[in-house]
Amino acid sequence: MKPFDYSRPAEASAAVAAVAGDPGAAYIGGGTNLVDRMKLGVTEPTTLVDVRNLLSDRIEELPDGRIRVGGAVPNSDLAAHPEVRRRFPVLSQALLAGASGQLRNVATTGGNLLQRTRCVYFQNRAMPCNKREPGTGCSAVEGYGRYNAVLGASEHCVATHPSDMAVAMTALGARAHVLGPAGERTVDLPGLHRLPGAEPERDTVLEHGDLITAVDLPHLPLALRSTYRKVRNRASYAFALVSVAAALDVVDGTVVDARVAFGGLAHAPWRAHRAEEALRGGPATEEAFREAGRVELADADTGPDNAFKVPMAVNTLALVLRGLTDEEAR
Amino acid sequence: MEATITLYVDGGRHDLTVDTRTTLLDALRDRLGVTSPKKGCDHGQCGACTVLLEGRRVVSCLALAVAHDGARVTTAAGLAEEGRLHPVARAFVDHDGFQCGYCTPGQVCSAVGMLEEVAADWPSHVTEGLDAPVRLSDEEIRERMSGNLCRCGAYVNIVAAIREAAR
Repeated sequence: MKPFDYSRPAEASAAVAAVAGDPGAAYIGGGTNLVDRMKLGVTEPTTLVDVRNLLSDRIEELPDGRIRVGGAVPNSDLAAHPEVRRRFPVLSQALLAGASGQLRNVATTGGNLLQRTRCVYFQNRAMPCNKREPGTGCSAVEGYGRYNAVLGASEHCVATHPSDMAVAMTALGARAHVLGPAGERTVDLPGLHRLPGAEPERDTVLEHGDLITAVDLPHLPLALRSTYRKVRNRASYAFALVSVAAALDVVDGTVVDARVAFGGLAHAPWRAHRAEEALRGGPATEEAFREAGRVELADADTGPDNAFKVPMAVNTLALVLRGLTDEEAR
Repeated sequence: MEATITLYVDGGRHDLTVDTRTTLLDALRDRLGVTSPKKGCDHGQCGACTVLLEGRRVVSCLALAVAHDGARVTTAAGLAEEGRLHPVARAFVDHDGFQCGYCTPGQVCSAVGMLEEVAADWPSHVTEGLDAPVRLSDEEIRERMSGNLCRCGAYVNIVAAIREAAR
């Protein structure tokens, strides 16, 4: 690991100034992904600015019904919070499907959103990777492709976003509060994470020095009936091959409203607007659910290693929506 | 780059100067001689380095020591009281919950932290419903302990040990 300076500013503005003014600086929250990348030599900051004790670790209910999650709230605490469990089961379930108990106890809300892909080539400095070293090429296109993206990829990068939490937040339409050198702003999900295009080194729309200080969960009664389903190589402690976050409102056999996001399919958590559109106003039937999945995956670009993801995504979506429909009927 | 920090480990205070790159695990083992937490993968995947940090189970290999100045750390060795094994450690012995024993201090710390999480009614990935009280089935134990690997494959006895300790 390369040597680095370490600081722990008392004010958020000082932290932002410290990182924004130093191209080699990085924020550290829980560090569960960053420290690992530093050990691998994938990320080599010359300065770490610790914001774990600086950012809020509280979960607050706002008067208008939103829930504000401090940027330093650990994943465990967010998953276990009574109001999150009640109002956003999809989010609790997504968090609990990720990582291990030890990691969830440390990993922060802001850091989870900004964790980087676990593409084996990104994590291996001996191999070319446009995300790690722009312009060197993508080893995954012709290499081990089981985890490769099937939607929204580019010739430059086929990596998938690793977060479960972000998939749920993308379905819910969460809003990130960002403090940057020019002041505060908000960035909505979807919209925080970007597709690779010609700049796969950029995972998000954030600029160097931007700091996620909190995430708001919207007032969304639809989410009372929501769920997260993750398909992976083993039953626990593995990244998603495919995951689905969904919320569904069915009245008299008709879908009134739906929210759907996929994980494991793309460079960003994939909000399934086409599937949602196909579902709304239609029958809450197995065939309609499958058709919605097929519509969303219509443009999928697959290779021999990851072609399985298309039927897996369609099947998982149908399973999830059927479960939510049955739940509604009870 | 160096920093001077204080760690409270298993009840004892330690002031030390560390390179900022030093993980909590390396500070414990190499600087303080606290060898109960083990280095397995050193990437947060195996759980052998699990300790209780301010009472919560964490992997010490992905924590930078400098980021935990003033922290209270409990290792498996520090769980013993007045020379008596902690009930979870005792259960591992009684149920043969290990073979080579390398992962055991991490397993024990993880189990102790996990049982606290269950007592706080935290759900897991396999908990049926998010609003029901947690019943610590074998499936729950396995899911909640998935961050601790045992290369000897002593899982059946580890589950039995934790099941008994939870009673």
